[in-house]
Amino acid sequence: MNWDRVREKLEILADAAKYDVSCSSSGSKRSNKTKGIGNTTASGICHTYTEDGRCVSLLKILLTNYCIYDCLYCVSRRSNDIKRAAFTVQEVVDLTIHFYRRNYIEGLFLSSGIFKNADFTMERLVRVARKLRTEHNFNGYIHIKTIPGCTDDLMRDAAQYADRVSVNIEMPTESSLRKFAPEKNHNDIVRPMGFLSEQISAVSNERKLSPALPAFAPAGQSTQMVVGASPENDFDIMRVADSLYRKFSLKRVYYSGYVPISRDNRLPQIGTPVPLIRENRLYQADWLMRFYHFSIDEIIDPSRPNLDLDIDPKLAWALRNPHAFPIDVNTAAYEQILRVPGVGVSSALKIVKARKFRRLGWDELKRFGISFNKAKHFIVCDRMDTFPRDVDPIVLRHTLAGQSKYAINDVQQLPLFA
Amino acid sequence: MTVLLRYDGTFDGFLSCIFEVYDRKLANFSIVRMQHYHPSLLCEAIDIGTDPTKAARVWSGLHKHLSRTKCHEIYKSFLSELPQIEQVLSDFIRHAFASKGKIENDIGHPAVLAVSQIAHKVHREKHRMEAFVRFQRTKDGLYFASIIPDFNVLPLIVSHFRDRYADQDWLIFDRKRKYGAQYDCKSRKVSEVLIDLADEAQGEFLPAHLVHDEEIEYQKLWKGYFHSVNIGSRKNQKLHVRHVPTRYWRYLTEKREW
Repeated sequence: MNWDRVREKLEILADAAKYDVSCSSSGSKRSNKTKGIGNTTASGICHTYTEDGRCVSLLKILLTNYCIYDCLYCVSRRSNDIKRAAFTVQEVVDLTIHFYRRNYIEGLFLSSGIFKNADFTMERLVRVARKLRTEHNFNGYIHIKTIPGCTDDLMRDAAQYADRVSVNIEMPTESSLRKFAPEKNHNDIVRPMGFLSEQISAVSNERKLSPALPAFAPAGQSTQMVVGASPENDFDIMRVADSLYRKFSLKRVYYSGYVPISRDNRLPQIGTPVPLIRENRLYQADWLMRFYHFSIDEIIDPSRPNLDLDIDPKLAWALRNPHAFPIDVNTAAYEQILRVPGVGVSSALKIVKARKFRRLGWDELKRFGISFNKAKHFIVCDRMDTFPRDVDPIVLRHTLAGQSKYAINDVQQLPLFA
Repeated sequence: MTVLLRYDGTFDGFLSCIFEVYDRKLANFSIVRMQHYHPSLLCEAIDIGTDPTKAARVWSGLHKHLSRTKCHEIYKSFLSELPQIEQVLSDFIRHAFASKGKIENDIGHPAVLAVSQIAHKVHREKHRMEAFVRFQRTKDGLYFASIIPDFNVLPLIVSHFRDRYADQDWLIFDRKRKYGAQYDCKSRKVSEVLIDLADEAQGEFLPAHLVHDEEIEYQKLWKGYFHSVNIGSRKNQKLHVRHVPTRYWRYLTEKREW
């Protein structure tokens, strides 16, 4: 192997793939029955974390960053003057296997710029997956990014070998897609999602009856939206996400804060900070919908179309609904406890389990690992009387926003050499 | 007077002590590993031999009172090797045996909470070892990794690696406790190895003359990959260190200085 060349290609094609946020390796249970190499674990494993704090679970690369499209928001766009490279199918297979054997990764996340046309590119992605599964007896995780516009047959092949397939919606709305990626077609993105979701649920129903049937994208499909490049507000974005979850039963919608990479004046300019807090709030809101029994209109509505950046969306909901509190942890229903700011899913479960044995007081709650300073304002328990709490929403908002990890610390703002 | 039960530090030894506690109807007792024992005038010390039959009786008794998951948590917390672990576990076990129903969700009880928290800590390190172990391929084709975990997690990670790397020979060695687990892909068996590593294999990374010709190249490819996937404008060192605590950096090929 020409190591220098491979190293250079890997750097170019990993760099080009890094804006895809998903690195999840969870949700699949592929066992190593063949006594070959690899398996997947339901919870996934992050083998390392980048210096920006994101999980590195998979070898996430593009097959090539040559691309016939010129999407404004994308580093690999045709008109961008960057170094180009392409891996051969065998090179990707070798890298995956050798990294996997050293326990660097859980598997492969393969995506690609589009060379020639959708089918030509997709066919190569499928070939990598097929080779790994059939020739190398590889049972690790494979995530394939579907190329918009490829045929259903190729998509079906991909899902047969991969654990997860995804199509990136990229722009939250059709009008933004038209503006930023005029050569791409909204329908080419949405149609495959519909196709995959039908197939996934059909195959999973069949497999309930005959488990020996081959799996079909057992970890489901996901998608990604770029946030902050186009003018959509949080309400627009969440409405799209909500409908994707409901219509196509997506496992995940990823929100990717736009990292400025283009001098085009239709986009935020280079040097504009990445909207990290906004991205974080969107994920929090997403979690509220998926794990906390919140409906979208409880979190956001057209009258206040953006999430509060200073406080998290659950706290924001609680402050808008002071009549729903305080909640008695010793008697309230699980769903109500879930709504207490500072109490997560696992703490809520602990509370409902533990209170069957004894009444819970402040000491127990503190030890359960809830965010006590936040939660104390919204709950009562045995020794309530002795505990002062703020009940005025405005005062409370001010107090709690000051405790946020995003709160600007006055001390840090002082110039170093005043 | 408090009775001190001394044992050999094995899990079976510990369970044998629990057996004696009930057999001798001891109310005031304390269980201590041989190597942690300090003579005291106020205590009477007894040596408890490890007896697999007695241990098995306690173990199956526990399964009548607790779920399998909870029993496994007892084992996991034992592997923490914390100085107070015998105390915590015997409090827990006595609470379990004394109660009619299953007490494992009674986390308002201090011992129940402690066991679940310690087991959680051990589990977290087990998970981290599954993530952070980095194999190096040696000249003779063995995939070798050496670790120094805070807790004795090697017994917990063996099955994960056996299932995953079924077609390669590997060895994971705990340098702190001086034992390892070695997998032989022909017989598909894992065996315990008690060896002294050669001086030159004492570090995290093996010297160049011991590793396979391609090994260093793959390490460099991985390090290059790690740096390429980073997004500079999102740098967040605090988050990075929270996920990858600095004490684990020494295992990581991507952090290796060349």
